[in-house]
Amino acid sequence: MAILINDNTKVLIQGISGRIGQFHAKDMIEYGTNVVGGVTPGKGGQTVLDRPVFNTMKGAVQETGANASIVFVPPPFAADAIMEAADAGIKFCTCVTDGIPAQDMMRVKRFMRRYRVEDKMILTGPNCAGTISPGYGMMGIMPPAIFAKGRVGVVGRSGTLGYEAASQMKARGIGVSTSVGIGGDPINGSSFRDILALFEADPDTDAVMMIGEIGGPQEAEAAAFIRDHMKKPVIAYVAGLSAPKGRQMGHAGAIISAFGETAQAKVDILAEAGVTVAPNPSAMGETVAMVLEKHSLAA
Amino acid sequence: MDIHEYQAKEILARFGVPVPRGGLAYSPEQAAYRSSEIGGDRWVVKAQIHSGGRGEVGGVKVCASDSEIRDFASTLFGRRLVTKQTDERGKLVGRVYVEQAADIDQEMYLGFVLDRTSERVMVVASAEGGMEIEELSESHPEAILRMTIDPAAGFIDYQARELAFGLGLDAGQVAEAVKIFKACYRAFRDYDATMVEINPLIVTGAGKLMALDAKMSFDNNALYRHQEISELRDMSQEDPIEAGAADRGLAYVSLSGNIGCMINGAGLAMATMDMIKLAGGEPANFLDIGGGASPDRVLTAFRTVLADPKVEAILVNIFAGINRCDWVAEGVVQAYGKLDIEIPVIVRLSGTNEAQGKKILAESNLPILTADTLAEAARIAVETMKGKAAA
Repeated sequence: MAILINDNTKVLIQGISGRIGQFHAKDMIEYGTNVVGGVTPGKGGQTVLDRPVFNTMKGAVQETGANASIVFVPPPFAADAIMEAADAGIKFCTCVTDGIPAQDMMRVKRFMRRYRVEDKMILTGPNCAGTISPGYGMMGIMPPAIFAKGRVGVVGRSGTLGYEAASQMKARGIGVSTSVGIGGDPINGSSFRDILALFEADPDTDAVMMIGEIGGPQEAEAAAFIRDHMKKPVIAYVAGLSAPKGRQMGHAGAIISAFGETAQAKVDILAEAGVTVAPNPSAMGETVAMVLEKHSLAA
Repeated sequence: MDIHEYQAKEILARFGVPVPRGGLAYSPEQAAYRSSEIGGDRWVVKAQIHSGGRGEVGGVKVCASDSEIRDFASTLFGRRLVTKQTDERGKLVGRVYVEQAADIDQEMYLGFVLDRTSERVMVVASAEGGMEIEELSESHPEAILRMTIDPAAGFIDYQARELAFGLGLDAGQVAEAVKIFKACYRAFRDYDATMVEINPLIVTGAGKLMALDAKMSFDNNALYRHQEISELRDMSQEDPIEAGAADRGLAYVSLSGNIGCMINGAGLAMATMDMIKLAGGEPANFLDIGGGASPDRVLTAFRTVLADPKVEAILVNIFAGINRCDWVAEGVVQAYGKLDIEIPVIVRLSGTNEAQGKKILAESNLPILTADTLAEAARIAVETMKGKAAA
């Protein structure tokens, strides 16, 4: 049934009245996503694209039975919108907003610990392109035509590099079960590991393409998870092999930076964990094809 | 955003961190005058740049007279200091800080930073301060004390006490240390800092604690709610092309090669640079034009890339989602009309409105080289350069 978005997904758009929210809401509806309404505080009772607008998330969930939401709220108010979604009982929320203060995200993550695991909302992003399950729906800003329906899961930090992977796969006749953007911010809702666990448990996913980049501990953490807990083959690409070493003021950053933060270190750690690493960004599609063939899996 | 030492000390002092008496100077004469205001008989004269490691490159000196201060300060103003934490161009000295010299008994290290693993603020401290702290953290990781702060509970007293006792402070100094640690955390939290560092935090001969140097960096995404911090921005410490690009919504970083890059999305930009390198070329820059780029922003991006005289070819690689290939194509055509472009331009357009974008380029009759894939674009860019080198 793919992950995160399937036949039962009912989507609310947080910030539906804004220019950006409305623009993407239209694309999502055209793609066949079950958009049941939106929330803009103070605009309750209006309609946008024939969908009802509500003042609060709790009110919207009560009226529509929504279980998913996508956040197009400007950065100063986005953390608030995410926490409102979590408290309204939303199960899956993706936040597209770029530029949320890091301490706001710290508070969001801390807030979400108040929920029991089974009640906890899955958050992806912020600063991501969203999630698409071809054939079921999309919650995001991606061009849906480049994603063919299929059985390979895609997870990546970068939106446009994810498009590059999906289109290379499509050119070789390889489709996607679900493509998940986890976003480029230092503190994000779901890590690679979180999404890999969902793909491992998904009967409609046979293999996973993971697109990492320089910086942060999440690729190394994913490598340990793949080695210890995954049976499905994983293909990876890590961007930033040619990036120069960043310069920063002070020593504190360098002291805490964990092992495995450079692109090359990430490639090595992933390869050691049994991941097939694409040698360059133009070879993502052919590397997926090669791995599928090796495991006798259909595209 | 980074700020100067004297600015960080002013902020930390407001939260209750003891700092030496000092004053800022914009000229050697002013620096000499500051010493009479401050009092005492020995002063430290420090170049104010957005970097550490100033002492090692002659940016800091202990002086014992007005004339010595004036002479040293006059060597600093207008000089570019190249330290371990700057690039090879260094940072320009336009301000000098003069402060009362302290009587140092012990030097410690104290830092607060955002930790991506725990997704919390992490405190890092060591009983040994100074420049070698990074080497120490590698060779003797156990000599570095670390703890994370729960954003809901804040920096709890027992944690601050553990840290103080861990640094080997005696019982009489612990209360003062706890006050300083908690003050730093409050400053970090209240101003949305990404880094607060006191190196060294000293114990004076009289047994008092004091911040001898201080650094702070702030989260650019949170500056909208801290106007008083935004006002501390010093443009002279930033690369003018990078700062100008950032103010126009472009993320630009200058590099050493000759192929100018213009890409949407940081990940795809890095991947394109990787591809150029693999094809045997060298990128001149990293440039992310962001989402929803108008023809005008593309034109600005061209101006930014062309401002670097090293650039001998430009590679535009767009995979449009919220961007539109037709807008990017219009921007490229406009750039030819408004700027003097005599170097090869290679354009790869994919995604939203791809056909319209390609049509605009084709009908422009401009000498634009087009490519359908990332690999092809990188190959053409590098071959163009090689062709030039051969000719």
